Amino acid sequence: MTAYLLKRLAIAVATLVLASMVVFAVLEIIPGDPARLMLGMNASAEQVELLRNQMGLNTPLALRYLHWASGLLSLDFGRSYTYSVPVIDLVRERVVVSLPLALIALALSTLIAIPVGLFSAGRRGRAGDTIAMGAAQLGVAVPNFWFALMLIYLFAVWLRLVPSGGFPGWSVGVWPALKALVLPAIALALPQAAILARVTRSALIEVLNEDYIRTARAKGLPYRAVLWRHALRNAMIPVLTILGLQFAFLLAGTIIIENVFYLPGLGRLVFQAITQRDLIVVESVVMLLVAAVIIVNLLVDLSYAIVDPRLRSRQ
Amino acid sequence: MKLWKTILAAAALALATGASAFAARTDLVIGIPLEPPHLDPTAGAAAAIDEVLYANVFEGLTRIGQNGEVLPDLAESWTISDDGKVYVFKLHTGVKFHDGTDFNADDVKFSLDRARADNSVNAQKGLFAAIDKVEVVDSATVKVTLKNPQGSFLYNMGWGDAVIVAPETAGTNKEKPIGTGPFKFQSWAKGSSITLVKSDNYWGTPVSLDKAEFRIVPDAAAAVPALLSGDVQAFPFFDPDSVAQAQGDPRFKVVIGATEGETILAINNKKPPFDKLQVRQAISFALDRKAIIDGASAGLGVPIGSHMSPANKDYVDLTGLYPHNVDKAKELLKEAGLENGFKATLKLPPPSYARLGGEIIASQLRDVGIDLEIIPVEWAQWLDQVFTKKDYDLTIVSHTEPNDIDIYSRKDYYFNYDNPAFDKIIAELNLTSDEAKRKTLLGEAQKILADDAVVGFLYELPKVGVWDAKLQGLWENAPIQANDLTKVKWTD
Repeated sequence: MTAYLLKRLAIAVATLVLASMVVFAVLEIIPGDPARLMLGMNASAEQVELLRNQMGLNTPLALRYLHWASGLLSLDFGRSYTYSVPVIDLVRERVVVSLPLALIALALSTLIAIPVGLFSAGRRGRAGDTIAMGAAQLGVAVPNFWFALMLIYLFAVWLRLVPSGGFPGWSVGVWPALKALVLPAIALALPQAAILARVTRSALIEVLNEDYIRTARAKGLPYRAVLWRHALRNAMIPVLTILGLQFAFLLAGTIIIENVFYLPGLGRLVFQAITQRDLIVVESVVMLLVAAVIIVNLLVDLSYAIVDPRLRSRQ
Repeated sequence: MKLWKTILAAAALALATGASAFAARTDLVIGIPLEPPHLDPTAGAAAAIDEVLYANVFEGLTRIGQNGEVLPDLAESWTISDDGKVYVFKLHTGVKFHDGTDFNADDVKFSLDRARADNSVNAQKGLFAAIDKVEVVDSATVKVTLKNPQGSFLYNMGWGDAVIVAPETAGTNKEKPIGTGPFKFQSWAKGSSITLVKSDNYWGTPVSLDKAEFRIVPDAAAAVPALLSGDVQAFPFFDPDSVAQAQGDPRFKVVIGATEGETILAINNKKPPFDKLQVRQAISFALDRKAIIDGASAGLGVPIGSHMSPANKDYVDLTGLYPHNVDKAKELLKEAGLENGFKATLKLPPPSYARLGGEIIASQLRDVGIDLEIIPVEWAQWLDQVFTKKDYDLTIVSHTEPNDIDIYSRKDYYFNYDNPAFDKIIAELNLTSDEAKRKTLLGEAQKILADDAVVGFLYELPKVGVWDAKLQGLWENAPIQANDLTKVKWTD
């Protein structure tokens, strides 16, 4: 188990170093000058040069990389060019939106998907299964921004139960803040739930054909107990894999939903920073996300060992 | 069934009475598409900065009114010497900055000197180029001496980039703006909204609103439900394509105004074959402005024939010079020795006027034999490749700065246009403050640009505003990029 963990950790660190180089290099290659972008079309070339010097953009590339990377090691993520505040402050402001949103969406998606998967697998090929899987197919196919707009028109414009978008901040109270996250969480969760339900169903069906299921049934266990205790546990590995991927996506890949609900999340921070060539913000936030994804993957790896004791002894 | 009706009626009644209780409201939520990078108008070109702070938080010596006129602001009056070189500004007294410190002539000197200093990163440093020295006469009088007379000096002092800041707070205005305006900055939830509140110690006419929140709504698809649900009560710059949804609704007012945004098909004048006048004229004849406005701007927008807003008092209508005429265009190309047409690129920045307009223009130019390859670029790329490196054939862009016809005389500007006769007129214009004489010169300048077909002049970008019908006092036009809230109030 320790060797397994150590190996995983070593891979994680190597990935981080490699990612930092790729992220830095790619952003340096793309055309666009942050100083010109800030000063606009009426500024002279000398003024742009002056600002480039002030921003430290004229130091050599390798030096800037080392400076940035060594900063990361001491958890100093640098200062934003455009906002001129520490990147970590920007991230902190956005994480309090993105993280709860991702968690709520993930919880919703799991709470919908697992029961539907169980229901469908148990009634394989029958009407209930066909309807549930048809709905799931629809959920996969419908673009989430369209679905989001429909939710807004129904619940915000027509029924006026929740705001149409925006985020008031946690300082106004937990309930108003949660209210602002309800619709985006649903819009994010449903397509994810549809995918997850289909994965759960097929994993379960595969497991249900195994010999030990027949044995369990033969020794007289009721069907329900077999499904929950034996089948579901063994079908968890593909489900956990998908959940891990979905969480990583939900943290930063939600830019479209953030735009539709004008939420100040991490995805929009990165998007804005790219268009404004706020390179340091993009680089540092992408590295944080890489780190988050690696940690989630590590946790998923660990959870495999928890649901499947054979993995523990084999290591 | 009957019970349901009763409940509904009761609910409707409750809603109606509830609504009237809010009649005399004093708060406002305004939707803006882009978040300002910071809150210091003297340190950045982003229009979004002025859209929040101009006239609301910061004030200048003069200010620009909603029809582009120059109005007194912190300077209550001024005198100009006969040679047009010395301006003496009489300042308002009893003015305080939001942090409680007094405003006086020293702040004016500080602000102007700071903006024109060698290490200044003011995005519009050119506005201060004519200033020779700024002297404090007494605490309420400032004397500005120019190197040469400058006709547009008072207008220049009305720009957002020329607002007066205090030496103590100039360094921190990016995060916590301190001005002299009727609103003071309260909070900025990054990525979400900026809130201003009424300033209690304002020197001028107090504002009606107690609180104004600028909410960042980047997506046009999100703006419509935000408006319909009442979460946002005003979008001063609305997407023209979405305006139909608000137009038929009596709850909202749709206001189409003018901007200073000349939308042009810019041409690289030095790059063959565009260095030939006939080729550029052929392009102008090939353009069908009406079709472009219909397709790129929902039919809103006024055609232009040169680089001047039709709302400007010095505007000369030159749209008749190159009417849409495919045969004439082909003939001119033949004269230029290009009867078989040629290939070129068209680089398009992100705004929809460029992306949509570009496709229409490509098809119009194809009709005369010019085959365009469309290359979409983002703003940063556009500024880098097109604007700075001049690596382009054609591009579409809107020049939103007011009174900016002088850009055609700038050396090394991305049009690559060089005409000594035009430069001479602009040089003379800069030294002229007589209104009638300026009008003549500006007319000549417009005529030269049109004759030379320097670029394809398309249309003036419209300002499409949508807001609650009970709201009064928002700007109809946008002579500069601003949302002046000083006269805004709710009515019943």
